[in-house]
Amino acid sequence: MQIKEKTRIGYYPGCAITMGSSSEEYGTSVLRVAEAIGPELEEIHDWNCCGASSAHATNHKLSTALSIRNISLAEQSGFKEILAPCPMCSQRLIISQKDVADDEELKKDVEDAIEMPCNGDVKILNYLELIKNYCMDEIAEKRKKTPKDLKIASYYGCLLLRPPKVLQFDDPENPTSMEEIVEATGAISVDWELKTNCCGGGFTLSRTDIVLKLTNDILECAVDAGADAIAVACPMCHANLDMRQKKIEKEYNRKFNIPIVYISELIGLALDLGPISLGLNKHFIDTESVVNAFA
Amino acid sequence: MKIKITTKELKSDFAKEVKDRSGIDVKKCYQCGKCTAGCPVAYEMDYMPNQIIRFVQLGLKREALTSRTIWLCASCITCTTRCPKEVKIAELMDVLREMSLEEGLANPLEKNITTFHQAFLNSVKKHGRISELWMLNEYKMKRPKTALQDLIIGPQMLSKGKLSFLPHDIKGKDAVKRIFEKCK
Repeated sequence: MQIKEKTRIGYYPGCAITMGSSSEEYGTSVLRVAEAIGPELEEIHDWNCCGASSAHATNHKLSTALSIRNISLAEQSGFKEILAPCPMCSQRLIISQKDVADDEELKKDVEDAIEMPCNGDVKILNYLELIKNYCMDEIAEKRKKTPKDLKIASYYGCLLLRPPKVLQFDDPENPTSMEEIVEATGAISVDWELKTNCCGGGFTLSRTDIVLKLTNDILECAVDAGADAIAVACPMCHANLDMRQKKIEKEYNRKFNIPIVYISELIGLALDLGPISLGLNKHFIDTESVVNAFA
Repeated sequence: MKIKITTKELKSDFAKEVKDRSGIDVKKCYQCGKCTAGCPVAYEMDYMPNQIIRFVQLGLKREALTSRTIWLCASCITCTTRCPKEVKIAELMDVLREMSLEEGLANPLEKNITTFHQAFLNSVKKHGRISELWMLNEYKMKRPKTALQDLIIGPQMLSKGKLSFLPHDIKGKDAVKRIFEKCK
């Protein structure tokens, strides 16, 4: 009998979704789902922050070196694939990988800075890609709950899709992978306009006014399209739409009260993993209506 | 908009400098304005994204590097995605920001943004990862006018366990410090 080798994937959580951080429920639910339906995730030893916007906006070499250190650590542990559920991380890792592949001099500088070689043959996956590549059959097989008439607006934001030439994931203007996953959980996808618009991302502290305007447009569009909840796969989108929602409502004088759920939480609910263990109690906007739809 | 251009500027090699550093060739841009049309933050900018490209084309270094626009770009990359001439506009903003900091020309009106980047990177340099609470603390100390802004959210995050007092120090934090030293 041949024993099928288990797929072992390097797990790069990034800062925002680890325990005790602003979006820990994303990390929690990603891990709970992986425990239930695979693939096996193994944290990259001693990973560091990718530097996010602040590094690439101010120092290209630093940004590249910070990202590549993680890829090199993964290579040393023998991983062929890395999951980075935070799209800021996955985007930075993929762009940095391409930048060193295209620029011999940059590669030398980066290897000198991180004091490690980097070969660059590790594939970086975002969370939607991981689910599409490894979990669609498992979700269909192991789904225990079907939500009753739950309409979801899939919100991609920027970093999963752009720059499309480098990331090569889905259609940058009209992506559909999240909708496919939403429908696999038994929920209904709504068609809406702003699924790839920007939420203002990292300006949440420095230019809150911009974030409030952009997120107001997004919430308004989703609610007007008839969505009961918005699904996301990005901690920054989540923070801006969930934690800032009360402030948006006050600023723009409209009541939304729409739950913002991670796609991993939706999958978890369909698998009946229990709302608390998925971190659905950690949201600022109550998620009870979504949890109840799966009852 | 009226801007005086000198022959010296027209003859300057600003566009070449940008190309050498980033590989981005602004000469390809024929000013169609598609980048500006799709920019979600254009309404707050002092110059439109296509005007910034024009500055680089014409050698107007000071105008480009002192603009608020380069800091207000949210790096959503919609412009690069849609550009018919494949000019990497969002990536151009990155290199202009870098040059603006190097030359001490960053617009003081967007000090909140530059201070945030600094506080963020200081946390990575110190711990190897972000310690959100301490990064927030540094930012608020340096920008006291923003201190009252998140009085409700902060405690709520703490009560939900979404902020931690303990910084996440990695074992390789000295290696990360050396990355910062070598990438100055």
